[in-house]
Order: sequence, then structure tokens, then C-alpha cells
Amino acid sequence: MDSFSLLAHGFAVAMQPFNLLYALIGVTLGTAVGVLPGIGPALTVALLLPVTYKLDPGGSLIMFAGIYYGGMYGGSTTSILLNTPGESSSIVTALEGNKMARAGRGGPALATAAIGSFVAGLIATMALALIAPTIVKFALSFGPAEYFALMILAFMTVSAAFGDSTLRGLTALFLGLALGLVGIDLQTGQARLAFGIPDLLDGVEVTTLAVALFAIGETLSVAASRSSGEEKIEPVKGSVWMNREDWARSWKPWLRGTLIGFPIGAMPAGGAEIGTFLSYSVEKQLAKRPEEFGKGAIEGVAGPEAANNASAAGTLVPLLTLGLPTSATAAIMLAGFQQFGLQPGPLLFANNPQIVWGLIASLLVANFMLLVLNLPLVGLWVRLLSIPRHWLYAGILVFATLGTIGANPSTFELGMLLAFGILGYILRRFGYPIAPVVVGLILGPMAEQQLRRALAISQGDVTVLVHSPIAVILLLLAVCAVVVPLIMRARGKGKVLSALAANED
Amino acid sequence: MTEQSTSSETRRPDRAALVIAAVLAIIAAVIVYSTATAHGGSSTRVGPSAFPYTIAGCLFVLAIWTAFEAMRRDFPEREEQQIQPVIWIIGGLAAQMLLLHITGFAIATGLLFAATARGFGKGPLWMTIPIGIVLSFIIWVIFAKGLQLSLPAGPLERLI
Repeated sequence: MDSFSLLAHGFAVAMQPFNLLYALIGVTLGTAVGVLPGIGPALTVALLLPVTYKLDPGGSLIMFAGIYYGGMYGGSTTSILLNTPGESSSIVTALEGNKMARAGRGGPALATAAIGSFVAGLIATMALALIAPTIVKFALSFGPAEYFALMILAFMTVSAAFGDSTLRGLTALFLGLALGLVGIDLQTGQARLAFGIPDLLDGVEVTTLAVALFAIGETLSVAASRSSGEEKIEPVKGSVWMNREDWARSWKPWLRGTLIGFPIGAMPAGGAEIGTFLSYSVEKQLAKRPEEFGKGAIEGVAGPEAANNASAAGTLVPLLTLGLPTSATAAIMLAGFQQFGLQPGPLLFANNPQIVWGLIASLLVANFMLLVLNLPLVGLWVRLLSIPRHWLYAGILVFATLGTIGANPSTFELGMLLAFGILGYILRRFGYPIAPVVVGLILGPMAEQQLRRALAISQGDVTVLVHSPIAVILLLLAVCAVVVPLIMRARGKGKVLSALAANED
Repeated sequence: MTEQSTSSETRRPDRAALVIAAVLAIIAAVIVYSTATAHGGSSTRVGPSAFPYTIAGCLFVLAIWTAFEAMRRDFPEREEQQIQPVIWIIGGLAAQMLLLHITGFAIATGLLFAATARGFGKGPLWMTIPIGIVLSFIIWVIFAKGLQLSLPAGPLERLI
């Protein structure tokens, strides 16, 4: 069957009344939580995962898709109305968007962000549907050696390629890998690093780690620094609708942003930020009035915002087709799949097509819902921004612990949450990136399994890892991902890389 | 995120970064020790200990690298921190953890709520604790009754 008939089947699943309701709840919750300052898409997804525990897999993943897209939309509202560069996935949106809001053009800025996200989400999700079957076909020919090489590449791009230090990226990754060792070894049943504690035999929960690092770590570091004064919310004056000129200046950046964002998200390179920065500089180059950049150019909101959403959809390509999470958000989504015993990858397309295609179709549905929710109701979301910080962070911690307690009401689990929260604070304090820890935790055991499978087939011959040309190319790319940035930093070009850092997402 | 600073007046090693290097080395040592003393496992060629040893080895290299950067003060400049809010929040989390199964979800989480608000400078506690408990109780009703999450019940929750 071709993509379109599969997608049509997906729509049949997504349009069932209950699934529509789940999608609506998902996008509403996702937007509401994503709007809150300091909460990025990764944390939004991690915080809301427990809400989906008791649903059936299909409904739960549909709600999840809504949460994911909703979180992305919500984040852009925050960065336009509240200049919070802390929220990394939409730093660029804040550059121009906040300037527009200050000039009283907050409405059109929000509108171009929302419509741009919609256009990008629509095109990118269609692209996902189109290329997924091809990649799946390709991936079915992958053996363990190729998978292992692919995972090594993902490790290196997530940790070392971007950000301001190769050392700190790699350290964060290996902390995650070390945490991934904890628990029972899947192949031999031997307990590793459990120190005789029964609670550790199941390993470290991805959601516990993610919530602790993002929510508690962030709360601690905001509370401890408090150097920044009160943030100023820019009121939305006038109409949210764009005038003819806004449209004329927006539509090309939307399309270009999508073209830039989707491939970057789809490659195992991780991070929506890279695409947004690229799109921003492209728009600046192509703009008829480049002098407006930095003072509130609508192109500078439209392009990056489209790139951001397109790359979020792009991230789903490696996640769904290969089971490869390339961002913290994707890692948490993978954990969401795994709680139902579903393993994303080529086999999921073969065995559970109704779930995969239902999910892809509901991404499109969620996208429509978000456009409706965001344009007319933006005033409602803006009100969420004015929650005082003490109540906001108190609430965040209540929900962060609620999720952990809901999953496993044990004192030990809460202790781990606290310990990882302190770890998250220390990582932030010393400039370590967070995402590689989360990706390392979930991908580490998978990489180990593939490696051991490969070596078991070859009877211990290590050269099996470089027998196929695909594996060799992937491994060479992985080496480049570490070495090239090192050289660039040594030559003083590190600024570019740290600007492209994928902090949160 | 802390900003990268170009100027560093002193050339003394970064003590905190040296501590991080030491901690990384200790983690590596713990992994090696724990793996070496583990029993069982089968005799496959690449057994359950190969991966831990590799990771421990890499962590050890990273520890040396970190120490090297600490000597050169390559770590980003850090801003001054206030320690008191951190203690309030950690205290709140610890209180919730310890009280959860004794007082139930609402009271334990209410204390966390109040302590966090206190960490951000909002008081007084006699006002924020009741607010937190009422809020947590509402959350308990929604999630334990509505969504059937297993949230521990205490005296308050048993009232309904």
C-alpha cells in the first residue's frame, strides 16, 4: 500500500470521536503547559506523560502527539510575549518576536508564528508520511552492526557536535550511559550496578530522570540565581490578524523555514535549534529590508518558527522508523511508547500500522486544532504568563512529583527524583547540556544490545562492525561529529557552535 | 545557561571543576568495582561486563580531560548563587518524600508547595501551607479518583 492509503486508514483511526477528544485534550494541555515560562517541549511531554498512563496505547499516543505539538506552539507564545531566552527551542523567535511585541505588533507576531507553525507542521507531517515507508524499507535491511553505528552517530551528534564544549557534551552523554547500565542485563539476567537494592533492578526510569533534570534542576537554578529582574509581559495590543503586508512578508519564510527545518530534524542530528538559527540567518540574508532585523522583522519570526515546528516533525522520522531518539523530547516519547510495550522502528510499521498511521494522522488533526486554539484564544494563554513565579514553580514541582508518584508511589523513586534534580542543578551550574544525559540513558542499553547481537552473530569478531559500507559511513560521520567541532573550537569558531546548541529539546 | 567569559583574572585551577573530575573518576571506579565483583552471567563472548568496562574507561578519560580543563580554567564563568532558596526547595522535596506514606499525598505535597514558594520568597508559611494542601487535595481527587493513578492516601484523603 502506498503512503496515502495508509494515511487514509490513519485518519479513520484519528477521526474516531474518542481519539478526537484525546487529541483535543492533548493539544489543550500541551499548549497550557508549554506556555508557562521555563517549561520547554521536553518537560511538557515528561510532565504530562502520567496523564496518559491509564489510556489504551492508541489513544494515549494520540494525546501524546497533541501534547508534543501543543508544547511547541505554547513555547513560541512565551518567547514572543516574554523575552525568556532560557527557553532554548524558541530563542530566535524571541529575538524578533519580542521586539515586535514591544512595538505593539504582538498580535501579528503571534499570528505569523501560529500560522507558520501550522504550515510547517502540515508540510512536514506530510513529508514524514511520505518518506517513512521508504526509510522503513531501507531500515529492514539493517543488521545489528548498522544499528549500532547509527546509534553511535546519534550519540556523537547529540552530545559533541553542538554546544559550547565537546568535553561537557561527552561527559553528559556518558553520565546517561552509566545510568543506563543500572538494572538487570537483558541478555544474561545479571544485575548490574544495583548494589543489592531491589528498586534499582528495573533500572532508572527515563521519565523520572527527565522530569528531575528539567523540572527540579531548572527550578533550583532559577531559585538560586534570581539575578534577573522581573520579566515584563508585553500586552497584546490591537488585532491578532495580520495585514496584507504581513502575509506577503511571511509566506516565503514559512516555506523556507520548513525546507530548512525538516531535513535537519529528520537527520540524526538532534535539536530543533539548529534549524531555527539557520532559517533566521537565511531570512536576514534574503530580506528586502535587512536593517529591520533586530528591531522586529516579521520574517525573523515566521521563518524560524516554521523551521522549529518542521524540525519537531522531522525528529519523528528517526524516532518512528528507526526507534532512534535524537532529542530529549523524542527520548521521552520513546519512553511513552515503551510503557505500552511498543518499540518504535521498522517492525512497528509492519505489526501495528493502525497505531503508527493513526499517530501520524492525529498529528495533522492536532495541527488544525492548534491553529484554532491559538489564534482566537491567545488572550487566554497570555493570562497564564502572568502567574507569579513563586506559584508557578511551586506548581511545577507539585506536578513533577505527581508524575513520579503516579507511576511508582515509592519513597525510593522520590529519592531518585530528588538526587537527579540536584544533579540537574549542578549540570546547569557548570554549563553541561541536559539532553545527552536523557538520550544516553534510553539509547545506551539499546546500543549495547545491538553491539552484542552483532558480535554474537560474528562469534566475537569485532571487524563485523565495519563490514558493511553503510556502517562504515555512519561511523566515519560519528568521528567527524566529534573531531570537526573540536578543530572549529580550537580555531576560535566555537561561538557559531554554541549558538547552535540544543539545550533543552 | 551561564555565559562564556573570555577574561579570567586568576590562573588558579578551578576547584569545583577539579571536584567534578574526581567525582567522574569515582563513578568510573564504582562501575569497575561493581562489575568485577558481580556474580553470574553467562559465558557469551561479549558478556554483560564489556559495556560497563568501556563506559568506565571513557568516564575515566573524561575525568582526566576535565581535570586538565580545570587547571586551564576553561570552564564557563559562574554567577553567584543564593544557597537559601535551594535549601528550602530541597527540604520541601525531602519532606514530601518522607511524609508521603505517613500523611498521604495532599499534606506531603502541600508542604512541598509551600516550601518551594518560600524558596522564591513567598510566605508566610501559615498561609502557603493551607493553600498547598487544598491544591494538592484537589489534584489528588482529580488524578486518584478521575484518572485512577495510585496516589497514596492519608487521613485527609480518607475523608471522602
